[in-house]
Amino acid sequence: MANNSLSSVFFQVLKRDLTLAFRHRGEIANPLLFFIIVVSLFPLGVGPTPSTLETIAPGIIWVAALLSAMLSLDGMFRSDFEDGSLEQITMSHHPLSVLVLAKILAHWLITGLPLLFAAPLLGVLLYLPSEAMKTLVITLALGTPILSLVGAIGMGLTVGLKRGGVLLSLLVLPLYIPVLIFGSMAVNEAAAGLAVDGYIYILSALLMFTLSLSPIATAASIRISTS
Amino acid sequence: MENGLKTVNLECIRGDRILFSNLNIEITPGNILQIEGRNGCGKTSLLRLLCGLMLPNEGDILWLGDNIAKERAEYYAAVSYLGHHNGIKEELTALENLLFSQALAPTKDGVDLYAILARLSLSGFEDIPCRHLSAGQKRRVALARLLATKAKIWILDEPFTALDRKGIAEIEAIFEEHVATGGIIILTTHHPLKVDSDYYSSLNLELNMESKMVEAHT
Repeated sequence: MANNSLSSVFFQVLKRDLTLAFRHRGEIANPLLFFIIVVSLFPLGVGPTPSTLETIAPGIIWVAALLSAMLSLDGMFRSDFEDGSLEQITMSHHPLSVLVLAKILAHWLITGLPLLFAAPLLGVLLYLPSEAMKTLVITLALGTPILSLVGAIGMGLTVGLKRGGVLLSLLVLPLYIPVLIFGSMAVNEAAAGLAVDGYIYILSALLMFTLSLSPIATAASIRISTS
Repeated sequence: MENGLKTVNLECIRGDRILFSNLNIEITPGNILQIEGRNGCGKTSLLRLLCGLMLPNEGDILWLGDNIAKERAEYYAAVSYLGHHNGIKEELTALENLLFSQALAPTKDGVDLYAILARLSLSGFEDIPCRHLSAGQKRRVALARLLATKAKIWILDEPFTALDRKGIAEIEAIFEEHVATGGIIILTTHHPLKVDSDYYSSLNLELNMESKMVEAHT
């Protein structure tokens, strides 16, 4: 009980959010299912021609990952806001940005991480060349945390609104676009057998940038929403 | 030496209505302050201002002489708030909820959470997800949070909602204990509080506002 240090609080928040997610077993798989369904509809829609699918595969997988991340954002703070837990969290004497970072990490572990495992299988479904698989997983590993981090700012701002869904998309989507461009471009280049280091570096830089600033911005936006 | 919670010329405007202005309250350790007034006169707003959840339009709130907006971490280490919402997770058990509250706030040494829950007549319900509890029992879990942490100032918005008569008496006993150890309680309730008048005072926001208006007219 005495271990009230910042790192222990971080893990307590993380543990709590993961526990909550696992007690909602019905909902936990939703982002992953959405991702798989959207991607697997494309071969049915555009026809099973390998050359067509191969060209559009990186874009489809990335767009589906982005939409699935956006749909899952609502779960990050909504229920905590509605039952008053978010007020309790903002009234902790620990820095809110650290607590928020734990919540974002939990969100990513639940909604982003599973996509990394499903993506190669969906790549096979879309005839993505095997040389591009590694790049696909790496870009998603770097990109999906950015989606959670940036989405958290928008979610923090709109959590107080009854129907913040559309506004959230408007706020967050423009910020997602660089990730989408660099992520899908990297996979395209890898499929063509070119070097992708540059894209990976840019995505890593974006991740570091959002990782350092998003918790602060999210904490501020939550304080605005709870007032 | 400042040792209490103090408001200086506090003003709160909601929409285009002034709920209260030039409000000066001082509450020192070992006292209970009950905020009274009709619905919509700004009781909850005042409590939320005191929690730092809302910012005042005018004026300052001082804890131990420091502005709470500036020394937020220090102030929050001393405050526990219970609002209209219980702030407990329905999916977690009573015990898990308390453990999490303890993680967020400075904790007393050697608190026995089972004993706290038993004191609030929740023994036997420790490991049941809160969604299976009744409204009154959920409120008790939320109130148990007060005892689980070291917070000196309790800010409570209608703490007796959904509690039965016996529950209210139990909570009143807990209040008396808290102020006896130098705690501060600020609450709103429509229930007449049965506590010793030595440390009890009340503030009627409505009258406060009316007297201001009279002053303004004269």
